[in-house]
Amino acid sequence: MANNHAHDSHGAGHNYLNHEKGLWSWLTTLDHKRIGIMYFVTVMAFFLVGGLAALTIRTELFSANRLVDGHVTGAVVTASQYTRLMTYHGAIMVFLVIIPGIPAFLGNFFLPLQIGAKDVAFPRLNLLSWYCLLGGAALAVTSMFFGGADTGWTFYTPYSISLSKAVVLLVSGAFVGGFSSILTGLNFVATVHKLRAPGMTMNRIPLFVWALYSTAILQVLATPVLAITLLLIAMENVFQIGFFDPSLGGDPVLFQHFFWFYSHPAVYIMILPAFGVISELIATFSRKTIFGYTAIAYSSIAIAAVSFFVWGHHMFVSGQSEIAGVVFSAITMLVGVPTAIKVFNWVATLYKASINMASPMLFAMGFMFLFTIGGVTGIMLATTAIDLHFHDTYFVVAHFHYVMVGGTLMAIMGGIYYWFPKMFGKMCNEVLAQASFFFIFVGFNVTFFPQFVLGAKGMPRRYYDYLPVFEPLNRMSSIGAYMIGTGFVIGLIAVIHALLSKQEPVGNNPWGGKTLEWTTTSPPPHDNFEKTPIVTAGPYEYR
Amino acid sequence: MWLFQLLNSALAQADSSTFMPPAATELASQVDSIYSFLLWASLISFVLLIGGMIFFVIKYKRRTPNDKTAYITHNHTLEFLWSFIPFCIFIFAFAWGWIVFHQYRSMPENGLEIHVVAKKWDWRFIYKNGREVTAGVDDQGNKTPATMVVPLGRPVKLIMASEKVNPASNEDPRDRPVLHSFYVPAFRQKQDVVPGRYTTLWFQATELGTFNVFCAEYCGDGHYSMRAAVKVVKPAEYEEWLSGEAAGGAGGKPLSLAEQGKNIYATHMCIGCHSLNGSAGSGPTWKGIWGHEVATDKGTVKIDENYIRESILQPNAKIVNGFQGGVMPSFAGQLKDDEINALIEFIKTVK
Repeated sequence: MANNHAHDSHGAGHNYLNHEKGLWSWLTTLDHKRIGIMYFVTVMAFFLVGGLAALTIRTELFSANRLVDGHVTGAVVTASQYTRLMTYHGAIMVFLVIIPGIPAFLGNFFLPLQIGAKDVAFPRLNLLSWYCLLGGAALAVTSMFFGGADTGWTFYTPYSISLSKAVVLLVSGAFVGGFSSILTGLNFVATVHKLRAPGMTMNRIPLFVWALYSTAILQVLATPVLAITLLLIAMENVFQIGFFDPSLGGDPVLFQHFFWFYSHPAVYIMILPAFGVISELIATFSRKTIFGYTAIAYSSIAIAAVSFFVWGHHMFVSGQSEIAGVVFSAITMLVGVPTAIKVFNWVATLYKASINMASPMLFAMGFMFLFTIGGVTGIMLATTAIDLHFHDTYFVVAHFHYVMVGGTLMAIMGGIYYWFPKMFGKMCNEVLAQASFFFIFVGFNVTFFPQFVLGAKGMPRRYYDYLPVFEPLNRMSSIGAYMIGTGFVIGLIAVIHALLSKQEPVGNNPWGGKTLEWTTTSPPPHDNFEKTPIVTAGPYEYR
Repeated sequence: MWLFQLLNSALAQADSSTFMPPAATELASQVDSIYSFLLWASLISFVLLIGGMIFFVIKYKRRTPNDKTAYITHNHTLEFLWSFIPFCIFIFAFAWGWIVFHQYRSMPENGLEIHVVAKKWDWRFIYKNGREVTAGVDDQGNKTPATMVVPLGRPVKLIMASEKVNPASNEDPRDRPVLHSFYVPAFRQKQDVVPGRYTTLWFQATELGTFNVFCAEYCGDGHYSMRAAVKVVKPAEYEEWLSGEAAGGAGGKPLSLAEQGKNIYATHMCIGCHSLNGSAGSGPTWKGIWGHEVATDKGTVKIDENYIRESILQPNAKIVNGFQGGVMPSFAGQLKDDEINALIEFIKTVK
C-alpha cells in the first residue's frame, strides 16, 4: 500500500484512475480500487463466456429432438458438446463470476472506503488474489483444449475419475482460483478488524461490510476443504489412487460429503454479499435508517455459522441414512429463519420512507421479489419427503437460479449502477439502466418460472433432450433466456456509454448516501480520503 | 398425527392445480399434500411481503429531495413475530416431511423383490424366478425402454446396483460403474444407485398404468436417454406375465435366481466351508442367517445384501466372532454382479 510516488495529492481532477498511467501500472497496482476494477473487467469477461454457454444450452433445449426420416431434427449441438457446455456454464458462473463477483469487485473497492481505511490490510496479497483467479481461469480455458470436462460443475465421483486430462485441468483451475477467494477473505477479516477509522466501532460499520465480513470467514474456513477435495480428485485421476471410485476401493458418497461441506457454505459466499448490497441500496434510496441493523448484521453471522451444518441436504437420496437426512433437514429449516428476518427488515425499512425508484432501487426491489421465491422453494426442497420428488429435477435448477441469479446477479447489477458514479465520476444513463432491469427481470421470470413447473412434472436436470410433453415450457424458458441476454447487453451498453460520455462532474454524493464512501471525491483519490475520517454515529443516520 | 391426516384429506381436494403429475401411490398423494400446504403458505407469505413492499413503494414515493423520514431502528414485538412465525411453519413442514419420509424409508417385510441393474445408459430388471427385462430396439431403430411389470396394490422392493458398461473390460476407466438415480415421478420416489453397494427403495402402486422411469443422477452423454417404465397391472395379469411364455425365451424357462445361486454355491466351492444345515465349518453356516444380526470384529452387523456382497468381495472386512480371518479368498473378478445377486437370493432361501 505504502506508495512513495510523488504526486501533488488531491488537486482537482486527481484520482486513483489517473494517479498512474499505462497498462503496467494497472497490472502491478496495489491500490484496492484498481484491483477492484480489474476484477470488474475479468468477471464481466467470464460472465460473457458463461452467458453464451447458457444461451447455447437454451437454444438446444428450445425443441425436443425428433427422428424424421432417419435424421435428427431440433439439435444444434451434440450430446457430448451439450454436457461440456453445461459443465463450463456452471463452473465459470460459480467459480469465476458469482463467488468473486461481489466481494472481489465491489467489496475490494468499497470495503476500505466504507470503514474509512486507506487500503486493505495486505495489498500485495490482494493483487496476488487477482492473479490466482486469472491463473485458475487460464487452467480452465486450457482444459477446453484437452477434450473439455463433462462432469458438471459438481465433479461427482466416480464419473469424474476417468483419466481425463480435461477434468484434472479444470479441477486444478478451481483449486488455484479458490486461493483467490481465500486471500480475499483473509484480507477482509484483517482489514475489518485492524483498519477501521477512529470511532468506527463494529456496531457502526455499514451492513455491506458486515456481509463481506461474514462471507470472508466462510471463504477462509470452507474453501480449503474444496481445495483438498479437488486435489484428491486430481490425484485419483492421475495416479489412480482409490479415494472415491469403488472400482479402486474408494467411496463415491464420501466425495459428496467433502464437496458439499464446501459448496453449501459457498452458496452463502455467493448470497451474503448480495444481502449487504441490498441493505445499502434500501437505506440510501429510502433516505431512512435501516430497520433492525443489529438483526441484519448478526443474522449474516448466524447464517454463516449454521451453513456449515446443512451440507447433507444435497444428499437425501444419495444413500445416506434416514436419520442423517432428517437432521440435515431440520438444520436447513433453521437457516431459513435468519434469511427470512432480513427480508422482513428490508420491507419494514420502506415504511414511512422517502423512496426514490432509480435504477439501483429497481434492482433491489427485483432482488426481493426473486429472492423470496427462491427462499420459499428452498423450504420445499429442505422438506425431506418433497425432495424425494424434486431432487435433481428442473425444480432445483429453477430454485438456485432464483437465488443465485435473481439474488446475487440482481444485487451486482444494482450495486454497479449505485456505485458507478463513485467509481468513475459519471452516471449511467437512467433510461438504459431501467431498460436493462426490465429485460433482465421479466426475462428471468419467463426463463425460470416454467422450470419450477417442469421439475414438478418430473423433468430431470442435465438432460440434453426431453420427452415431447415438456416442449412448450422449455420453449418459453428459452425465449426468456434471450430476454435476459438482451438485458445484460443493454447493461453493458449503459456502462460503456457512460464511460465514453462527457459529463458534468457528479459530485461526491449523487444519491444522498450516508456511508463514508460518499464523503470523498468521485472518483476517490489514491489514498481514499484527504484526511482520515472521524466517525461519530452509525452508518444510516437520516434524521 | 391426526392433524397431518386432517390436512392431508383437506388438501387432497385441491391438488389439481399444483403442476404435479398424477400420483400413483398413496405416499405420493401424501407428498402432494405437504407440497400443497407449502405452496399455499408460500403464496400467502409472498403476496403479503411483496404486496407490502409495492404498497410502501407507492405510498412513500419520494416527493422532495429532502423528505423527512421516520427514524425507526427496531421493534422487538415485530421482530419476534417475524422470526417465530416462519420458524413454526418451517418446523411444521419439517416434521410432516419426516413422517412421510420415514414411510418411504421403512422397507416392507413381505415386499415383492426385484433386482434393478443400472449401467450407462440402460436399466435392467431381474425377477426372482429368473425372468429378466432389458431395453430393446423397435422397427425404426429407436431404443425402447425396459418395462418393469408390477402388480397393483402389492409392496415392491427394488434392490439396485450399478454395473460396468462392458462386464468383460477392466481396462478403460470410462467403462467403470458410475452413479445413477432411479426416479419415478408418478411415485414421487427417487434413490441414487451407487456403484459398489446396494441401495433400495419401495413403492406400492395404487393406479394401473405405465409410468416413466428417468435416470436423475448425471451419468454422461446418454444420461437423458436412460429411461425405463413401470407397468402396473392387476395381480392375476402379473402372475400370468411372470410365468408366461415370453419369460422363457429360446432356451426354455430360466432357472430362478435362488437355483442359480445354489449352483454357484457348489461350483465355486462355497460348500467347502459354509454349511446349509447349521453345522459349523471354517466359515459360518448359511442356515437361517438372513436378516439376523451377528457380532463381528467390527461390531454388530445385520446380514443383508450389502454385508453378503462385501463378504464375498472383501472377506476380511468384517469377520464373524468365533471365526478366523484370512481363510476365505476374495471372489472379486471371479463372480459377476449377477452371480453375486443369485448367491444372495440363494442365501435368503436357506432357512
